[in-house]
Amino acid sequence: MLDAIEKNLLKEVAELDSLPVGAYNIRANGQLDGRHTTANIDIVTKTDKPGIDIYIKPGTKNESVHIPVIISKAGLKDLVYNDFHIGEGADVTIIAGCGIHNCGGDSEHDGIHTFYLAKNAKLRYVEKHYGEGDATSKRVMNPTTIVHLEEGAQMEMETTQIAGIDDTIRKTSGDLAAGASLVVREKIMTTGEQNAVTDFVVDMNGEGSSANIISRSVAKDHSRQEFISRINGNCACAGHSECDAIIMDDACVLASPQLTANSVDASLIHEAAIGKIAGEQLIKLMTLGLTEQQAEEQIVNGFLK
Amino acid sequence: MLELQHIGFETDDNKEILHDVSLTVNERFVAVTGPNGGGKSTLAKVIAGIYKPTSGRILFDGQDITNMSITDRANLGISYAFQQPVRFKGLQVKDLLSLAAGKNTSVTEACNYLSEVGLCARDYVDREVNASLSGGELKRIEIAMVLARGSKLSVFDEPEAGIDLWSFQNLIRVFEKMYEQTRGSILIISHQERILNIADKIVVVKNGGIDKIGSRDEILPAILGSADAGSAACSVLADKVEGVRA
Repeated sequence: MLDAIEKNLLKEVAELDSLPVGAYNIRANGQLDGRHTTANIDIVTKTDKPGIDIYIKPGTKNESVHIPVIISKAGLKDLVYNDFHIGEGADVTIIAGCGIHNCGGDSEHDGIHTFYLAKNAKLRYVEKHYGEGDATSKRVMNPTTIVHLEEGAQMEMETTQIAGIDDTIRKTSGDLAAGASLVVREKIMTTGEQNAVTDFVVDMNGEGSSANIISRSVAKDHSRQEFISRINGNCACAGHSECDAIIMDDACVLASPQLTANSVDASLIHEAAIGKIAGEQLIKLMTLGLTEQQAEEQIVNGFLK
Repeated sequence: MLELQHIGFETDDNKEILHDVSLTVNERFVAVTGPNGGGKSTLAKVIAGIYKPTSGRILFDGQDITNMSITDRANLGISYAFQQPVRFKGLQVKDLLSLAAGKNTSVTEACNYLSEVGLCARDYVDREVNASLSGGELKRIEIAMVLARGSKLSVFDEPEAGIDLWSFQNLIRVFEKMYEQTRGSILIISHQERILNIADKIVVVKNGGIDKIGSRDEILPAILGSADAGSAACSVLADKVEGVRA
């Protein structure tokens, strides 16, 4: 049974007040806390290393899988390997996420997620990271996401990390066959002394494949962010990356988008913009009666919405 | 209600933009007109608190607001519609209307404001106020925000710019209705004869000072009639007026 702290973490990362409908696997403090499978979705514990295999039958439609991880013990270091096998023509949503609440010791969760999308499979993958606890205990998360998209497969990935996590290195890599498409929407906010690195590598190997990496971030206080994206177009394909960052206080943001075209038919674009909140935006909201601080909050919340 | 006493404004590099501007605004509609670069927008920004005057005093309902912040003036009841509205990545039209109204506006309320300014609310409520909106759409949303505030004094900087003439009459109705609801004064910077025509008082600002001030009947014939007098100010105005008539 989950206690109040754990229930709150579950609500933050998976927007769940109670056990979800459909398939789920809840991991609490490094242990299995609950699992449910359906006729089309099977979840199997790995025997060679920590983690699970999730099998989604071909043609499965409108089903979802929740796989939240919650850590409420200080000093815990958790590492999992989760593999997702999405059958041909399936159309499903997977909601992952990790919440850490620690007082009196550093806690870390490293999740290595590998996705195998069969032909024409469609997946929406939502991942949310959340941390809370005392100021002296560090919360560390290093998610790695590896995506293999077969012909015509489509994956949309939404990742959110709004404060609370002290240190994160997020690695995402993907290879795309013909007609496959990958869209990543990332939102990050760092505060205090936090550090966040996000690193994308996408190989477009099949004709007509496309990748779109969109990152919006806000860096406050003394925090530091690094955005790296490497998009390789190896055939007739379309790649786009966008890093849009608001920098505040004494923060630091580094954006290094890289494009490689190995084919004359590869169409690749990158956009990167880093800047402070525009003065005229603050002034506009102040003429509506907001203080400068309230205006700043509204602009940041809107930007990351 | 609003009283400007001998207002002067210089930029940081000592360029004088306004000098000795004295003006009271108690009427329903006050129109401010005059040539480009004459100081009209600066005057509006001084009223809203965006620029601090380098000399003179500003009184609002008898209270000295010369050193008051933008926020405090807004909360006292001064609204300001920008000449060039600001875009916000991520903030939606309904967010801005809620902030303007100072409360969570319902979809129905938001729709009412948007319909007033001639936008089909359903298409706009959830739109982001970003680069996907045209200049005319932004301008209407800017006006809708001032409507949502419903304050004692509303300042509009060239509200007609970017708004097609087809819906121009509606824009005038918006101002009339706004007055009926708020009973507050509306100060409009404009070059449009149709807007000058509804003004109770017209102020001509030129070279950083007040060139003429008086009732519509006193001022309008003079500025429309002097187009051939070689005044740069009035020929600009006359061109615009001709443009509207044509």
